[in-house]
Amino acid sequence: MITDIRAVMAIAGRDVTKLFRDRMRIVISIIFPVIFIGALGGSLQSNWGDKTGYNLLVFIFTGVFAQTLFQSTASGIVSLVEDRVNDFSQEMFIAPISRYSIILGKIIGETLVSMVQGLVIIAFGFIIGVPFDLQQLLWLFPIAIIACLFGGAFGLIVMSNMSSERTANQIFPFLVFPQFFLAGVFSPIMDLPWYLWILSRIAPMTYVVDFSRGLYYIGKPEYSEIVLHHPLVNFAIISAMFLLFLFVGTYSFVKNERNR
Amino acid sequence: MKEKEKIIRVENLVKKYRKADKNAVDDVSFYVEKGGFFSLLGPNGAGKTTMVSILTTTLSKTSGKVTIAGHDLEMEADKVRKRIGVIFQNPSLDMNLTAEENIRIHVNLYGLYAYRPLYSFMPSAYKKKIHDLAEILDLKDDIFKPVKTFSGGMKRKLEIIRSLTHNPQILFLDEPTTGLDPLGRKNLWEYLKHVRQTEKTTIFLTTHYLEEAEESDYLCVVNHGKIVSQGAPRDIKKDLIERYIEIDAKDRSALKKELYTKKLLFTGEGPFKIRIEKQTVYELIQSIKTPLTDIDVHSPTLEEAYLEIIGKTNDN
Repeated sequence: MITDIRAVMAIAGRDVTKLFRDRMRIVISIIFPVIFIGALGGSLQSNWGDKTGYNLLVFIFTGVFAQTLFQSTASGIVSLVEDRVNDFSQEMFIAPISRYSIILGKIIGETLVSMVQGLVIIAFGFIIGVPFDLQQLLWLFPIAIIACLFGGAFGLIVMSNMSSERTANQIFPFLVFPQFFLAGVFSPIMDLPWYLWILSRIAPMTYVVDFSRGLYYIGKPEYSEIVLHHPLVNFAIISAMFLLFLFVGTYSFVKNERNR
Repeated sequence: MKEKEKIIRVENLVKKYRKADKNAVDDVSFYVEKGGFFSLLGPNGAGKTTMVSILTTTLSKTSGKVTIAGHDLEMEADKVRKRIGVIFQNPSLDMNLTAEENIRIHVNLYGLYAYRPLYSFMPSAYKKKIHDLAEILDLKDDIFKPVKTFSGGMKRKLEIIRSLTHNPQILFLDEPTTGLDPLGRKNLWEYLKHVRQTEKTTIFLTTHYLEEAEESDYLCVVNHGKIVSQGAPRDIKKDLIERYIEIDAKDRSALKKELYTKKLLFTGEGPFKIRIEKQTVYELIQSIKTPLTDIDVHSPTLEEAYLEIIGKTNDN
């Protein structure tokens, strides 16, 4: 038990140490959110902002914030299978620790890494003039943690069903990219044709993006135009999906890991 | 003489990968004596890495029974993991971390010390250990530099040192010298010899370099997932290799005639190749009266034995 706690901390700590060692990674990891928020959000707001009745830059910021953290943690978890034959992961898999500890350590570690990314995005939001009051700013932290943990569980269920190291990284983008649009990261999904409606309600990212907006816009006039579900509803759905992904993902990962 | 303890026992081991139509490991049985140096020799794709992956608990077997240091591989995987050290075919160091950080994570994973984010927070016993290891590796302050700045040989040495920090009883080395230059290989082997002498660690090596296997106490040659020959390297050589001498004379027809009359089986038209079976080389040479101009005694190498074994099993 003590060995496992030490191992979880070491695995999580390694991810954070690596992040600070590899500064290029921080830069690369915030390029996309900066482009999405700055270039896409900025241009949409300038051209169509008046017509929608709410600020599109802020709309995109709140979506991209949750999407980036969700995706970043998920891809961090998927990398565990991708490089398990190539680098340090081998060292973790032969250690006398439970496989659950490896997963837990990795989810915590990738969450901490993504949180650093989240701080940079918030700072960028400040710079380009996304308005925050104190309450909104404080809400961003629980949003960030929930988005990261949920992304970690999503990454786990994806990874646990990948038979080979290569397929994980080839298939992962196909599972994440459509969710950008189905979850309404850049565009409203209030009204959708029935088939897109179904897909958007299946996409896990939908709930975390909507959760982020729900807490940002709560008590604001735009709330009813932008937010799909009450934050508590989103939180309940996220919790249920999180537990499902975590248990099924861990179970099948442990089962499939050695059974190749 | 007291029989040595068998630290690894493998009985009828079979591994069939999912979606594969053939067994990667096909009904293999062997054992390794405690403190011994055991080699698994075979061409690429023979099943060596599959066997090591199973023995080191990272891959499940299809059937068979394996015990390591008295513990069942499946039922007591954690106990097995505590007692082994593994040097993988691909380096398992984190290149972005320093040598010390790599060792620190290892000791955390094995529960030897509690996790601390910085070296300065680690207990003094750990710091002394790092100091000693840096001395052995001749690294000094480089132990605090990222591993990616190290040479290939140095990385391998670091992996071995790291795996010894939890005092494993068995050290598995899966083609450890692949990609090292001759000097790097020589240094690594000298270091491993030292480890064997001082730590009395059992060594389980897979390799396709014959000269590395030649050093071992016991050798299994594998091909197509099966053991095709096993024994001490000198016995394998003795059993498999045809020993012969090649002789030549100025008067080849006289020599040929003499060989015929003495009923010595030979091949070639000069030089003549004669198999050595019961008689010694000395007796054979003495029995020939035709003046010889050339005598070449062929002493077998492991390489020839190996090529013969692999060649035969590929033909089958």
